[in-house]
Amino acid sequence: MGASQSGRAEHEFQDLSDRTRFSLEQVNNLNKRFRQLSNNKETLSREDLASLPDLDNNPIRLQIINAFFDKRNLSQDGVGIVQEISFEEFLMVLSHFQPAAMDITEDNREKLRREKLRFLFNMHDTDGNGIITLEEYRQAVEELLSKAGTIDPDTVKAIADAAMLEVASTTRGKMEPDEFYEGITFEHFLQILKTLNIESTMHVRFRNLDTGNMRCGK
Amino acid sequence: MSVLYFWSPHGWVAGSHDDVCPPSSVDNRHGRVRTGRWRSGRDLTDPPGQLPGSCGVHVSAVFQLNPALTNVFPESGLLICIGWVLGGIIYGADMVQTFRLQPFTFFYYLLPPIVLDAGYSMPNKQFMGNLGAILVHAVIGTVWNAASLGLGLWGCWLGGAMGPLQTGLLQLLLFGSLIAAVDPVAVIAVFEEVHVNEVLYIIVFGESLLNDGVTVVLFNVFDAFVSLGGPAINAVEIIKGIISFFVVAFGGSLVGIAFGILISLLTRLTKRTPTIEPAFIFVLGYLSYLTAEFLSLSAILSCTFCGVFCQKYVNTNMSERSVDTVRTTMKAFANGAETVIFVFLGISAIDPAIWVWNTGFILLTLLFIFIFRFMGVFALNLILNQFRLVPFGIIEQLVMGYGGLRGAVAYGLVFLLDEAKYKEKNLMISTTLLVVYFTVMLQGITMKPLVTWLKVKRASTDEASLTEKIANRTFDHMLVAIEDISGQIGHNYLWDKWHNFEEKWLFKILMNPTARKSRDYIFNIFHQLNLKDAMSYVQEGERRGSLAFVRNDSKADVDFNKQFGSDFADMPDIMGPDHIPVPYTLRDSVPSVSLNMHEENQKAREGDDFNAHHLLQQHLYKGRKQRHTYSRKQPVINRDEDEVQEIFQRTMRSRLESFKSAKMGVAQPKKITKHSKKDQTQKMANGKPADDSKIQSYGDEAGIVNPAYIAEMDSNEPMPPWVDEAGEDSGTVAPSQRAQLRLPWTPTNLRRLAPMRLSTHSNDSFLLADSPATQQGTAEPQAPPPPPLQDGRGRGTHM
Repeated sequence: MGASQSGRAEHEFQDLSDRTRFSLEQVNNLNKRFRQLSNNKETLSREDLASLPDLDNNPIRLQIINAFFDKRNLSQDGVGIVQEISFEEFLMVLSHFQPAAMDITEDNREKLRREKLRFLFNMHDTDGNGIITLEEYRQAVEELLSKAGTIDPDTVKAIADAAMLEVASTTRGKMEPDEFYEGITFEHFLQILKTLNIESTMHVRFRNLDTGNMRCGK
Repeated sequence: MSVLYFWSPHGWVAGSHDDVCPPSSVDNRHGRVRTGRWRSGRDLTDPPGQLPGSCGVHVSAVFQLNPALTNVFPESGLLICIGWVLGGIIYGADMVQTFRLQPFTFFYYLLPPIVLDAGYSMPNKQFMGNLGAILVHAVIGTVWNAASLGLGLWGCWLGGAMGPLQTGLLQLLLFGSLIAAVDPVAVIAVFEEVHVNEVLYIIVFGESLLNDGVTVVLFNVFDAFVSLGGPAINAVEIIKGIISFFVVAFGGSLVGIAFGILISLLTRLTKRTPTIEPAFIFVLGYLSYLTAEFLSLSAILSCTFCGVFCQKYVNTNMSERSVDTVRTTMKAFANGAETVIFVFLGISAIDPAIWVWNTGFILLTLLFIFIFRFMGVFALNLILNQFRLVPFGIIEQLVMGYGGLRGAVAYGLVFLLDEAKYKEKNLMISTTLLVVYFTVMLQGITMKPLVTWLKVKRASTDEASLTEKIANRTFDHMLVAIEDISGQIGHNYLWDKWHNFEEKWLFKILMNPTARKSRDYIFNIFHQLNLKDAMSYVQEGERRGSLAFVRNDSKADVDFNKQFGSDFADMPDIMGPDHIPVPYTLRDSVPSVSLNMHEENQKAREGDDFNAHHLLQQHLYKGRKQRHTYSRKQPVINRDEDEVQEIFQRTMRSRLESFKSAKMGVAQPKKITKHSKKDQTQKMANGKPADDSKIQSYGDEAGIVNPAYIAEMDSNEPMPPWVDEAGEDSGTVAPSQRAQLRLPWTPTNLRRLAPMRLSTHSNDSFLLADSPATQQGTAEPQAPPPPPLQDGRGRGTHM
């Protein structure tokens, strides 16, 4: 770990920063965090993430963790799951949560929307076939409501069914008697959630300050 | 030497200010808030004084009928005009203004309901989410407004722009502080009609509520300073003033929260006395106001936080009826109070005694109010935008600035001034009134056009569908998780921490255990959906004369059993072992009904999920709306006209059809019951229907009719046809929608019923009825049905 190492890191960071729209300081901070989480290894594995105590309270922790290791989020047409991710991939996932810049153009805004919604979609679509089926949706709703603890599974199922139905009716309208609604495609997903201002609500503010010491992963 | 007119029970008495000094209304000690000043004389609480009030209310009710008028002219403005008219009449009759809005009445009777309503109906999530911005505006913004206005006026006074006035820096600062505050009453009144987007509204509204803490303190401090006199003010006094701010503000909030906890605890225990539950809310809410007032703390803050804190727990603990009662009554009180306030604001103006015209003073005040407000808003937002996730746009800031309306609170405060100390009290009163009129009427009228012209984002009028709510919930958790993972401490982190704390402690203590179960947000929506549907279903049943629907081929059975199995045990069970009609009396007490999917659904794999969807579609309306916006006028906003219409049309249509089919002599309902999937499939599988005659009558045109059925039909005409199925195979209680789906179909279609997967058709029974041709056409080719969809359904009953 000499000057050359840090020099290389600098260069890398700059490159990453350009690609993911994080600022250099943010990249630095996130790198520190990454190191913390991965116990100074080069890659992050599932267990590292799963050991975060705060995530315990989160009902959808599994889905989130999976999202980090889902190749679809890491590149445009990745498929499948990886076991470990590098810092760059970590950043890629987190970059989905960046806020939209103030002066963003309409097209870019739309692109951003799609990106974020794609992330959300991928989270629900666990088998990766591009469609959220009823089973997957049920799974998602169940996890979501699992922390409430007092709702029995039948109701959960019914809620998922109702939601699915809503989607079907809004996107397909009246259907032919023999048609089968397989599931929510990404386009439908976009459609139903178009009123949600996702580009402005789905983000985390990545501080420029160094908060690495304030929250440890242990 | 100026001569002051003042009131005494004996009528006008003129006297110089040396003669009688009315008691000081404000104590000179720091931090002691104004006590009400009870003037003898006629005011609102005398019976005659209530006349203008009720006049105002009635006339305003008339105005409500004419939306065209209220679209242009804000209702509050109209009320002020009414007040003028009334005041003119009274003045003309008596030659003196006998009615006036006394500060005591205002602060103790008229303001609390409004504030309580504001707190109770506050959309908490947005309020808490924007609390930082709200506080910044409320505290810093108000201080800036007050200081700048006071200093500006002082400067102009020194410069001689106002002519000879007997005033001084402190007095002008006091005046600035009382007129600087944005007024909740006016904001509600004007924004009610405009419906800007929630964030904008909540910032302005929240500011108007929370700035009371600052206003009270500033008012008292400056008043005390005035009494002390200029030279006596030193750093100690100023520091005491600043400390008193913290005491007043935080003290008031704490009192409010304490009362909020009290209310929640109380409602937790009042399960057995539902009729008096609403009263507790009102009494305790008012108590929170009074307690803070007597402790010299900020009463508005107390009342607001009381409402904000307790709303969640109270709404969960109380029965639905109580919740409705509270909401409706609160809005009634608040509306009434607001009306009276504005009418009296109008009446009070018609009083020559108080009118002192000083062009410079008045004009400068108006000008400064505007300029400094905008300056303040823009400056603060500039800073805030650095920290906000969603920054404010210029247009929003404009509206925010423009929405800084002054109102009755300023008027109440100015009346509290002591004439002895403030020689120019009348001038201040006149100016205040003019400012109030200006903001309420002019800004009120122009607000809507301005908002439209600037294309401000309006409040979204359609409510989130179930999917959206689920997505929202997913987001929240996701954001929290990301913050955890990436090590950021963010907004979501705090929300999450609070949420966890709440779950762990507050819910246990403050909420009814049973109520807690059904608390979940998404579940609630679902519950509402089911509830409404169940209610309409039961009403439907009553309308048809019996709750004993007998349908044995439905996949979704309404399981009323689920929640109160034991209660039902002794009900007459004519349907079969598992199905029990829901008695009339239970309608209102059905806490939860689940439209249960049939157990066997899970077993029949292929296409079953799809069936479940469409069954649900039959029984559930499209996204039931739950609106979270604040509206004074409508207590319950989640009524959808389309929804009501749909229900009505559906019921009417089905009635029509059943009546029609009865007339045609086709024993249609009987056939329907025979259409159990199982039976059908069995029959078909056998190739030879077990019950030949019945099937035959399906296939035939209306001409061939089984006389046995017809006879029965006729004799049973008043009774719903399916009741007779008691003896036969079927015990299912089917939702009415299913019945409606069936009824419109003529016999030829009936055979199609079986093979057709459960209603991929939309809910529109009338659409179906409208297109019988298509169905008839396709009926025949479908003769051999696809393999049975539902296996092992037994008698079509559910568990």
